[in-house]
Amino acid sequence: MNYRIEVEDLNVYFDEAHILKDVNINIEKNMVTSLIGPSGCGKSTFIRTLNRMNDLIETFKMSGNVLLDGESIYDPKVDVVDLRKKVGMVFQKPNPFPKSIFDNVAYGLKIHGENEKFIEQRVEDSLKEAALWDEVKDKLDKSAMGLSGGQQQRLCIARTIAVEPEVILMDEPCSALDPISTTKIEDLIHKLKKDFTIVIVTHNMQQATRVSKYTAFFLHGEIVESGLTDKLFIEPEDKRTEDYITGRFG
Amino acid sequence: MNRIISPKNAQKIMQTVFWASGIITILILLIIIGYILVKGLPVVNLEFLLSDPINNGAEGGIAPMIVSTIWVTLVAVCIAAPLGVGAAVYIIEYTKENNLVKLIRFGSETLASVPSIVFGLFGLAFFIVFLGMGFSLFSGGVVLAFMALPTILQVSEVSIEAVPRSYAEGSLALGASKWQTVSNVILPAAIPGITTGIILGMARAMSEAAAILFVVGAALEMPYSIFDAGRPLPLHLYTLATQGTSLTNSYGTAAVLVIIILIITIVTNTVVENYSRKMMGR
Repeated sequence: MNYRIEVEDLNVYFDEAHILKDVNINIEKNMVTSLIGPSGCGKSTFIRTLNRMNDLIETFKMSGNVLLDGESIYDPKVDVVDLRKKVGMVFQKPNPFPKSIFDNVAYGLKIHGENEKFIEQRVEDSLKEAALWDEVKDKLDKSAMGLSGGQQQRLCIARTIAVEPEVILMDEPCSALDPISTTKIEDLIHKLKKDFTIVIVTHNMQQATRVSKYTAFFLHGEIVESGLTDKLFIEPEDKRTEDYITGRFG
Repeated sequence: MNRIISPKNAQKIMQTVFWASGIITILILLIIIGYILVKGLPVVNLEFLLSDPINNGAEGGIAPMIVSTIWVTLVAVCIAAPLGVGAAVYIIEYTKENNLVKLIRFGSETLASVPSIVFGLFGLAFFIVFLGMGFSLFSGGVVLAFMALPTILQVSEVSIEAVPRSYAEGSLALGASKWQTVSNVILPAAIPGITTGIILGMARAMSEAAAILFVVGAALEMPYSIFDAGRPLPLHLYTLATQGTSLTNSYGTAAVLVIIILIITIVTNTVVENYSRKMMGR
């Protein structure tokens, strides 16, 4: 079995609203999987079920199951804190903490109780891995809020990979960035898939074709079609997928 | 078009009205502070600050009053700051809008509107009569803590609520617990606002006479611990003025009080601004 994440009959409700309907999908190890679909189709809600960020919303209810390495992440025994260490997340709008660049990357390591020497090395490695080191190595003690949007997003990626997760969830990571910064993030995604399983929500279909091996198309809370990106974009099986990727709606 | 005032003129008039409101506010402040300083500063010198009062304060200095003020203020802040900030953290971070939150807010607003002399009466009834404690700066400080509490709570609440939710999300997504998120990300980001709230509450406590009138004992001697009786600056200037002891020294005392509060405010503002600038990378 080569799946990192298996989602079985997932249904999600916020109050009475039925947001995700019978979602089934398997996410392969060390691959990039894109989630596409029009606004409000449930793709962001879906990605947030994978690290239980929806738990923060009071009206959240779910049924079905999500397995990480074969173990249910919604099992009452699971510690959400441990889960989120294994499943990291990068958000739509870069959200560095109002702390120094160093402290941003060190944050996850510090709260998990790593020692200082280890932290220092990990911060450098993570910044290098996130292709940000050369731009920030001389100002690690400066506030991260002074970086550009693209740099901030790479910092958030560095912060996430510093704690060595297995999975990185990216919720439209480039939607607030200019094209050059977007290219840098996409290059980074290509590099990162060696070590991490990546799930990326994107509005940009070209981005999905550029970065991902697999794609799932969400519509009205259901997965209409999922599979190899190349196949989904070249010969989609479902009429609705075809309409969407050819720009007839969305 | 037969309007009495054209939109263009109405705009000009209202702009002037708003400008005047701002200017008048500054003027009122300047007139009061200026008047106090002009009347009071001539008696303020090193000897006035460092010596004991003579003849009930008609002559001599105000050293014990300055020390009393420091003690009651310290006690008040040490009690009110953790309580106020703690309640604000609870309201914003640990619970949803529910009846308990409404009750806390209602309680805090009511506390803010209680006349200070009523606090004083409560202090007398509770500390002196019920607990049988003697007059002390400690009791005064506790009463002042109750007075400072609503300000600290309300300003902290607003500051914590103003911290973007995305910071908390980023922290939680890294596997931080709620408390790690609150202590490492939310509170540091809210500290400038919280500090301002504490200073506002502290200034209120520091300049209060009525609330401590019945509990601190109005002693003229130098207090050697917080359990001694004492006479903070506002109470001293009130007594000097109302008993006709020395209006000049009353102004002098007021000037010292105003200057202490001004210094604290300016220093804190500078520190807070530097911290914010560093935090936000500007």
